[in-house]
Amino acid sequence: MNFKQVPMSRLRVGEKGKIIFLEATGSLRRRMQDLGFYDGTVVESLHRSPSGDPAAYSVRGTVIALRDEDAKKIILTVPV
Amino acid sequence: MGDDRYRAALAGNPNVGKSTVFNSLTGMKQHTGNWSGKTVDTAKGCFTYKSKTVELTDLPGTYSLFSGSGDEQIARDFICFEEYDCIVIVVDAVCLERNLNLVLQILELTGRAVLCVNLIDEAARKRIFTDIKKLSSILGIPVTCTSARNGEGLEELKEQIFVTASNQGQNRQSLSLYDNSLKKVTAALSEYFSQRGLPEKFCEWAAMRLPEHDESLNSSIIEKCELSLRDRQELNTILAETEKNISDIGMDISGYRDSTAGCILKKASEIYESCVSSEGKGLSSTDRRLDRIFTSKLTGYPVMLLMLCAVFWITIVGANYPSALLSGVFDSLKVPLSDLFAALNAPDLIRDILIDGVYSTLSWVISVMLPPMAIFFPLFTLLEDSGYLPRVAFNLDNFFKKACAHGKQSLTMCMGFGCNACGVTGCRIIDSPREKLIAVITNTFVPCNGRFPGLIALISMFFVGSSSGFFRTVKAAMILCLLILFGIFMTLLVSKLISKTILKGLPSSFVLELPPYRKPRFAEVIVRSVMDRTVFVLGRAAAVSAPAGAVIWAAANICIGESSILCICTDFLDPFASLLGMDGVILMAFILGWPANETVIPLIIMTYLSAGTLTDYSSLAELKTLFIDNGWTASTALCTMLFSIIHFPCATTCLTIYKETGSMKWTGAAFLIPTAAGITVCLAANTIMNLIM
Repeated sequence: MNFKQVPMSRLRVGEKGKIIFLEATGSLRRRMQDLGFYDGTVVESLHRSPSGDPAAYSVRGTVIALRDEDAKKIILTVPV
Repeated sequence: MGDDRYRAALAGNPNVGKSTVFNSLTGMKQHTGNWSGKTVDTAKGCFTYKSKTVELTDLPGTYSLFSGSGDEQIARDFICFEEYDCIVIVVDAVCLERNLNLVLQILELTGRAVLCVNLIDEAARKRIFTDIKKLSSILGIPVTCTSARNGEGLEELKEQIFVTASNQGQNRQSLSLYDNSLKKVTAALSEYFSQRGLPEKFCEWAAMRLPEHDESLNSSIIEKCELSLRDRQELNTILAETEKNISDIGMDISGYRDSTAGCILKKASEIYESCVSSEGKGLSSTDRRLDRIFTSKLTGYPVMLLMLCAVFWITIVGANYPSALLSGVFDSLKVPLSDLFAALNAPDLIRDILIDGVYSTLSWVISVMLPPMAIFFPLFTLLEDSGYLPRVAFNLDNFFKKACAHGKQSLTMCMGFGCNACGVTGCRIIDSPREKLIAVITNTFVPCNGRFPGLIALISMFFVGSSSGFFRTVKAAMILCLLILFGIFMTLLVSKLISKTILKGLPSSFVLELPPYRKPRFAEVIVRSVMDRTVFVLGRAAAVSAPAGAVIWAAANICIGESSILCICTDFLDPFASLLGMDGVILMAFILGWPANETVIPLIIMTYLSAGTLTDYSSLAELKTLFIDNGWTASTALCTMLFSIIHFPCATTCLTIYKETGSMKWTGAAFLIPTAAGITVCLAANTIMNLIM
């Protein structure tokens, strides 16, 4: 199976991906790690807000909502 | 510690039920809710176990000791720098892995801890099982399972808190969290701290932290160690050497941070894998289905509006009957009371103030205000308990982003429905200081529980017309809904204006946890919100309106020259007030009502009555007559309602704003900006109404 790298914000609802690295820096990076977003974590896009942004992701047994501009700083691999 | 009580604290991630555990242990009534950030301040309570008193502190929820918002820093500073005999770490059995991150961070600092695995019933339903014995032996601390909502496991928890707190000298094996290479590079720093007689764990912890350069944490560490200037210079030298060593092993600051954080996260994952077995999928299908209804493109907003409307409708309908009943009771007591005064030979003057002033006002406050409060507040608490509020924040975030504000502002807005002062304190959940100030300044645009009944009364009198029964109440609910939406619109507009002028900046990041839905506990919620909130708000209204009645009576009867002080004041305000579509009396009621917004309508009534129009106004119909006799039109009512939503925050809220911001300047801004907005809105509304009518 082939894989490609995509930012988490591009995940479509229902799709899953595995985090390979974070582009976020500073306190946002730390906050993301504390919430379970770090390399190796599998995330799933659950649903989007009615206005399209933010989106909710399933991560390590919890549901966390992130705005696209933050979610795009989390890079995933997804099967092509 | 000299005193004979044990000090314990509750720490944990947001929304794991810390406040519920706290309430169950102490028998106290700390407000709980199903969303992150419900508790933003510490609360204290006590319980007695084996004739020993344990003082328990409930800390705000925090995901980590290393992240930013004000409420989390309160928790962090307590955990890192206060003295306590036992720390109870409450975790959610459903998502233990994420919670373990914080557990390990705390255990790095202290071994005197107890782990409370809460929500064990919910986990069992989701077929997630935790091996408690194994977890306890890996972590080296006692572990208890609880279901605090059902009161399960609490006795055992008390026992373990007691044992841990009393066994002061215990020294359990400590967990090894970090790679040897990290320990080696920070050894010199650790040595430096231990020379100063600080506890071993703290030294190792502080040594790991300093090279991470979290400036607020570092300055707290240095403050805690009470270093002299020379000591500090020495520390800086060692820190510089340490940083050199770190870069020698090929890391920059951010790499170092990643590896310390990574070590803990990896450990948390390992422990989770070895102790937890999960048969089902983490997320329940019910939650997914509910989220599809509450947040989808098609139904998200309509459902939100419907809920809002339904809450108002139930409030209005439900309030009608008890209102009528109460005012009937008060009415029937009026004549006997009057007779009593006559029998006591009391002067007419006294009788007039007490019966026509104070008694009438109080009976209005109780019969018109109590029922809507007693219905609205519990309904709102039920929504809060169910976990719907974070979905509101999720749905509305985009609007707030466009207004350059924070998505969690909708949560602080929701708290404002209960009480604006609570809403302002709640703004601590917002990390960015700029966005926090915006939320503080605009919080008053949400009418609090004290302003609702007045709005409902005005709507019922002037805007539902002659329609009857069902349609009448639905119409009233819809108008109230429109008013609230207008308040939200103003919140967004003013937020945008502020962030383009005095608080320039870009929106910061937004992270929001959406907790699982939980069935609200009806009985408990109703009892608690009626007892706590309603009685408090009502008590305040009564306490303020009674002396205010006396002041108004005095002002109406003490004359300077030809006219009374009251007339002079209202005449003075009249020209300006009429520009805003109101009259001098209404504007003066808003000003005198500053200590408590609940009193605005009663103040208006009292003033009209003191001017000589003695009417019996037990029902809204008669009240309407009184208002119309004093020149009210639909336009007056509209402008009064708009000004009620958009004007300066009440005295309690102003005081809270000052406490939260610590600045006269921002308190002034939070007073003037909404006032200016209110004046503008009323001016516009009055002009438009004049053109139409």
